[in-house]
Amino acid sequence: MPEAIIEADPKLPIIRIARDFAATPERLLRAHTDPELFARWVGPDAMSTRIEHWDARTGGSWRYVSVRDETEYRFYGCFHEVRPDRIVQTFTFEGDPDGVALETLWFEELDGRTRLRTQSLVDSFEGRDAFLRSGMEVGVNEGYTKLERMLADGTA
Amino acid sequence: MTTDTLPRVFAALADPTRLDMVSRLAEGDVTVSRLAEPYRMSLQAVYKHLRVLEEAGLVSRPPGPQPRPVRLEVRALDVLDTWIEHHRRRVEQRYRRLDAVLAEMEGDDRAGGDHRSGPEVADHPDRP
Repeated sequence: MPEAIIEADPKLPIIRIARDFAATPERLLRAHTDPELFARWVGPDAMSTRIEHWDARTGGSWRYVSVRDETEYRFYGCFHEVRPDRIVQTFTFEGDPDGVALETLWFEELDGRTRLRTQSLVDSFEGRDAFLRSGMEVGVNEGYTKLERMLADGTA
Repeated sequence: MTTDTLPRVFAALADPTRLDMVSRLAEGDVTVSRLAEPYRMSLQAVYKHLRVLEEAGLVSRPPGPQPRPVRLEVRALDVLDTWIEHHRRRVEQRYRRLDAVLAEMEGDDRAGGDHRSGPEVADHPDRP
């Protein structure tokens, strides 16, 4: 599995991702639970992040702010469970405070590598599709325009 | 694909009844009366939903003998696949940064666990 595999469940508002890493499960887990390490990989270079609160233990919680061009995006959630082989957490974008995703991450040891499987369960299919669309990082209409262009010139 | 196709598809799918219709039609063609069965609404309301789906290009009712079945136009759903692929690429980019961090951690661990702090970067509402 050289690249991330992603699938949207046809029957449930779930997004699943799988990806292999050249590291032990312990190290991959630490890259998810150590706030400094996490902040180093979690977002695009065009943004800067400020971790406001971080307690990566069962029953703990987290909150961080991402800044792009003076626009702040805030996210928060709870660490429902942190174990050597999995993390269960909630995820909310402050711009959509009624929306909460339940995320599970599994760290599975393979021969000298680790497979990371993630599952995000969101509130609705509408929410899931908005979640997928939000990757465009622009307003929805701009996103359409951009996607149309990508489709037209073959980059999508 | 015209400029107004995408918003129309998303608007059509943003309704729970229509979304349910689409997922049921994914299993095969059905007549309107069969399609209407589970919903507590008038047949007229069902036809209204179908019209929205038809206008978005998501379903069609091929001409033929009555009762004409409703058919899912699978190609219209390719739009969603496009979004998913875009999302996948973003995820992959993020995981490549994680690859780099993991590689550095290996070096740090050998050097005695001293983490080099890089510039802090962050994410956008696309993070699963």
